[in-house]
Amino acid sequence: MMIFKLAIRNILGAGLRTWLNVIVLSLAFVTIILSIGINQGLVTQISTSMIKSEIGSGQYWQANYDPYDPFSLQDAHAVIPGDIEDLIEQKKAVPVLLTQGTIYPQGRIMPVFLKGIPAEQAVLQMPSAALGTGDEELPALVGARMAKSAALNLGDTVTLRWRDKNGTFDAKDAVIVHIMNTTVGTIDNMQVWLPLTKLQEMMGLPGEASLVIVDENIETVPEVSGWDFKDQDFLLKDFRELIKTRAIARSIFYVLLLFVAVIAIFDTQFLSIFERRKEIGTLISLGMTKAKVIQLFTLEGALHGFLAALVGAAYGIPLINYLARRGIDLPQSSDSFGLALGHTLYPTYSTMLVLSITVFILIVVTIVSYLPTRNISKLNPTDALRGRL
Amino acid sequence: MQDSQLIETQNLVKKFPMGRETLVALDNISLSFSKGEFSGIIGPSGSGKTTFLNIIGTLDVPSEGNVNVLGAQVENLSHKEAAQLRNRHIGFIFQTFNLLPVYTVFENVEFPLLLQGVPVDKRKQAVMDALDWVGLADRAKSRPNQLSGGESQRVAIARAIVKKPSLILADEPTANLDAENSHNVLQTMVQLNQELEATFIFSTHDEKVIQYLRRKISLIDGKVVKDEAMDLVAQPS
Ligand SMILES: Nc1ncnc2c1ncn2[C@@H]1O[C@H](COP(=O)(O)OP(=O)(O)O)[C@@H](O)[C@H]1O
Ligand SMILES: [Mg+2]
Repeated sequence: MMIFKLAIRNILGAGLRTWLNVIVLSLAFVTIILSIGINQGLVTQISTSMIKSEIGSGQYWQANYDPYDPFSLQDAHAVIPGDIEDLIEQKKAVPVLLTQGTIYPQGRIMPVFLKGIPAEQAVLQMPSAALGTGDEELPALVGARMAKSAALNLGDTVTLRWRDKNGTFDAKDAVIVHIMNTTVGTIDNMQVWLPLTKLQEMMGLPGEASLVIVDENIETVPEVSGWDFKDQDFLLKDFRELIKTRAIARSIFYVLLLFVAVIAIFDTQFLSIFERRKEIGTLISLGMTKAKVIQLFTLEGALHGFLAALVGAAYGIPLINYLARRGIDLPQSSDSFGLALGHTLYPTYSTMLVLSITVFILIVVTIVSYLPTRNISKLNPTDALRGRL
Repeated sequence: MQDSQLIETQNLVKKFPMGRETLVALDNISLSFSKGEFSGIIGPSGSGKTTFLNIIGTLDVPSEGNVNVLGAQVENLSHKEAAQLRNRHIGFIFQTFNLLPVYTVFENVEFPLLLQGVPVDKRKQAVMDALDWVGLADRAKSRPNQLSGGESQRVAIARAIVKKPSLILADEPTANLDAENSHNVLQTMVQLNQELEATFIFSTHDEKVIQYLRRKISLIDGKVVKDEAMDLVAQPS
């Protein structure tokens, strides 16, 4: 208690130097917490929209389906088995038929994926309903990025070319009935959505699908032979890998930030022990043990961390709350990352996250405050009293 | 060691390494001090006065010989035991006052009692008593940087005596004080020596101090060259 009081007095007595350290350290606190929150918001936001509009709780893949091998697509289809058909009928799943194709927008050639999806589906959050409203012979739905890169406008007619089940080329004109705004690049770039029954008809594959996406609220699904169920974890694996790589790069940034803040404290401790060696000698002459003096100086350093946490909380909590509520507007250019981010990013924070970062920083600060105090144990009290080291 | 003897050194030698050579700061010193003494180590700068007080005060250890302070063998004390001995029984007064700058006068004086864990009521009483003795009760809330040199040294005296120690070591206590303050501080110490029966050992080469001493031990190059008792001559007024 006495040591605590003395430590507080000492660091407050040091005035400006203390406050500079505290402010620098509080900036590190807030920046690190803020940017971890932004990252977490980003991960949640992206994975949520991927789940809602693409992944669901998982996907049944027809045994030949391999998204990494476009040439296999031609054979990746089969009649939907009864067990899965039941799920579809209960509106717990949606079948998608997939093939490679080509479009010819304004005389150019563009390879695309043709995807058939039932217009009436409600499993995925995408405006497939637009495929069922008009009376066009072949309505098509594309995303805004796709529309932009192919220079397609609402109502445009575009020629599609594809191969049927026998490998024979065929072609047909489709009308763009809707351009959807989605943050999920994988249902947008290079994708042309058609009514499932039409695509089945075009390919000569009635009742067949390449994959079946299960609603995100369904937890258990039956095993079906000839179809592999890929769960969310599997389908989000690439994304998570990407996040992990980014996390490494980001932690370098955190380490640097913390390093700068902590170097200031190390420096202060070092100087303070040097400048106050006579005081240290006096404390020892008054009957303090060296261990107690070391405790005192370590506590002084560590208190910088506590003050920084308080000061950081004073401006950081309102700032973080504001950003979490209002969101952060993203520049249009961030779209090109191809990640499903949207235009506004909402940072997310858990109490656990904030607490563990705070505790971690406090531990680092305490260790850094302790290191220079080893000079005290080497200090000879009589030399200290004479003002020598 | 007789009961009345508070301190006894036998063939005390202190050497400091000086590059290739060693410097003998204290050379074979055998002295004893009894309870209630008001004595001084007198000698020019570099004669070993501070070194002697530091060893008596358990801040340093002898290179050779034995030193017994308040019944403890200095060379055998652990850090912790030495700290406790200083905390409870030895008061230091320094040339440069050495007050803790961030503490008030009251808190500076209170500090040794806090270290001892004295309960708050007793502590307050003892601190105010000590400040009364040195005539600074009205400055309890001041900070060291608001005090004059004389006042600072009187606070340091209060800090040294607040725990009623058996031994007070004053290393050139008047070196930074003018004549008036020097006499003032010394008279306070003479009084405390009589009222509290505390033993005072000074180190000094200041004539103003020397005239108050009842025993003068002259030190030159680490050797005791004279040790004379003043047999209760009239104190200068
Ligand atoms: N830690 C030390 N290392 C080396 N020499 C020292 C040390 N402390 C004191 N001395 C030397 O010991 C001698 C006595 O010093 P000191 O006791 O301070 O004398 P005084 O207090 O009488 O001026 C001096 O020559 C001083 O330089
Ligand atoms: Mg000296």
